[in-house]
Amino acid sequence: MNALNVKTVADYTAQGTKPDILFWVGCAGSFDDRAKKITKAIVKILNHVDIKYAVLGAEESCTGDPAKRAGNEFLFQMQAMSNIAILNGYEVKKIVTACPHCFNTLKNEYPELGGHYEVIHHTQLLQELIDSGKLKVEGGTFKGKKITFHDPCYLGRANGEYLAPRAVIEKLDVELVEMKRCKTNGLCCGAGGAQMFKEAEKGTKEVNIERTEDVLESKATIVAAGCPFCNTMLTDGLKHYNKQDEIQVMDIAEMIAQAADL
Amino acid sequence: MLTYISNIIFIALLSTAVYFFTKNIKKIIRNINLGQDQDLTDNKVQRWGIMARVAMGQSKMITRPVAGIMHLFVYVGFILINIEVLEIIIDGILGTHRILSFMGGFYNFLIGFFEVLALLVLVGVIVFWARRNVVKLKRFTATEMKGWAVTDANNILYIEIVLMTAVLMMNGADHALQLANYPHYTQAGSFPISSVLFGWLQGMNPTTLMVIERACWWLHIIGIFLFLNYLPISKHLHILLAFPNVWYSNLAAKGKFKNNPDITREVNLMLNPSATIDPNAAPPKFGAKDVNDLSWIQLLNAYSCTECGRCTSNCPANQTGKLLSPRKIMMDTRDRMEEVGKNIDTKGVDFNDGKALVGNYITAEELWACTSCNACVESCPINIDPLSIIMDLRQYLVLEKSEAPQSLNSMFTNIENNGAPWQYSQADRLKWANE
Ligand code: SF4
Ligand code: SF4
Repeated sequence: MNALNVKTVADYTAQGTKPDILFWVGCAGSFDDRAKKITKAIVKILNHVDIKYAVLGAEESCTGDPAKRAGNEFLFQMQAMSNIAILNGYEVKKIVTACPHCFNTLKNEYPELGGHYEVIHHTQLLQELIDSGKLKVEGGTFKGKKITFHDPCYLGRANGEYLAPRAVIEKLDVELVEMKRCKTNGLCCGAGGAQMFKEAEKGTKEVNIERTEDVLESKATIVAAGCPFCNTMLTDGLKHYNKQDEIQVMDIAEMIAQAADL
Repeated sequence: MLTYISNIIFIALLSTAVYFFTKNIKKIIRNINLGQDQDLTDNKVQRWGIMARVAMGQSKMITRPVAGIMHLFVYVGFILINIEVLEIIIDGILGTHRILSFMGGFYNFLIGFFEVLALLVLVGVIVFWARRNVVKLKRFTATEMKGWAVTDANNILYIEIVLMTAVLMMNGADHALQLANYPHYTQAGSFPISSVLFGWLQGMNPTTLMVIERACWWLHIIGIFLFLNYLPISKHLHILLAFPNVWYSNLAAKGKFKNNPDITREVNLMLNPSATIDPNAAPPKFGAKDVNDLSWIQLLNAYSCTECGRCTSNCPANQTGKLLSPRKIMMDTRDRMEEVGKNIDTKGVDFNDGKALVGNYITAEELWACTSCNACVESCPINIDPLSIIMDLRQYLVLEKSEAPQSLNSMFTNIENNGAPWQYSQADRLKWANE
């Protein structure tokens, strides 16, 4: 067992049981230093509320989202098929993930290829846990702070989820302020569609800089994010304006873990 | 005989207008059918609901209030005033005058109401004209808004100004004749707007008035016939196609991109070596190179596009100076479709002009700038999906042409070799739990 007490689905199987929910960590959550902190925050919350969850560990592989959005449908379907074989092999029924891209792909694009799961985003799980009383949070250090939420394209417009992240943030007794472009009208951070993995085309500005200007205009001191890629893009944007010390980019899971003192 | 001459001219004009209109619409339907099959006839109840809300109810127009309200004036005016056109057509065929006036008070109300609408249409159209030509809103002056796109937009506005002015002036003259108790001009209608705008006609010589009345009547109806035949070459075609286009909207989550079934077959073959290959199966298609590789709904989208530019003005790539403009994607698709259609008409079905949508119309640079954020899809007032076209064209670039940017090729290799877009070993995926 590892330091954080994270079990794999294989661990459960070895004991002849099954987890209730699979935590799909995703590539960013597994390897990116910033995103790993989000992963750990989620694990702390899951441990705290005593959910029977597991990860795939070394059996997890890229969902194929960046390949598909970059036009490599072939690679996407190869990834999807092998992931589905593993997920179905373990009879996975429910998946939670902190990456809206994984969320979208697993939820919307896997079913046709044989992967049928109930897929939720971690902000939806957090809302569920708080509403059912399993997770108790108070504002703590966040109380009264001006916080804005950046809608990830693949959670918001792509899947119509605008409320869960906001509901969770509001539990922290904060002043939730909206950027001028939000919800259906939210502006992309610039990472989607495989842009994360390539240089931007010639233009007058980077998309994340444009979005960071919305953040600055909102006067928030924390930007809540719900996607590891948005997190990176906004962090870079704030550095560009030398505002990284005044404005923090935090995933909602990190805020909850911190508020609950986990 | 001479008494029937105007009826005959009218019937001839009407038939000619309908004949050419039908012919051109048939060509458009044929062009749309150049696209691949896609079944979108599920959930009919939901589809009628969306059509009622989005197309008839204009629900997505109001996100921009000025344009939304002005458009509502023009839209409602246009539809309702067409009821009067019905009367005009019957009068034209039968040689009668205001044949529906037997409805009495209700008729008077209708005519008065139409006059108010005509005025609102005029107001809307003038505001639209000013936004394009005086205020020069950015979304109407962007790169793809040149040449025909600009001329077309203004033509529509000018035609509507002429049509509405003709109706009001016709009523004004009619009213003046009625006041003079001139024979044939039945006392009918109410004229709240024309009696003000064209009150100066009252008391004029009845013959002059009659000439004015008849001239405006003919101008209005001939204008409508011409307008009808202008639609097929104009973005104004949306007044017809917006309805089916919205009915066939994508009902799935916007984030769900279609899985290419040809590739599913190929992948299944690779994963399951014992599977047999169907020797009669069509060769697999990877993405779209030209309009006939797209699906018919994507082509209907292109013909329905209003060129309003809401998609482009909300596009993060476009806002940050990249070449990509989702409106241009739709306009290019339509232009290419028209070109392919003309080739079929003049040079036969099998003619190949050596051109394609990718390359000759849309460049790789445009395609690679898309973040797949769905802002364009969300902002389109008639549920057009430029993103789906971008993705199909990208798939062609990558799988048929192997023309992905180098950094993306590295990302592909990483996913293939270690199951992540970066160079980390899959075996290390749980390392974070010990850090
Ligand atoms: S999906 Fe692509 S084309 Fe559409 S708005 Fe976003 S970046 Fe622009
Ligand atoms: S695709 Fe839609 S939003 Fe874009 S220009 Fe056409 S009608 Fe307007």
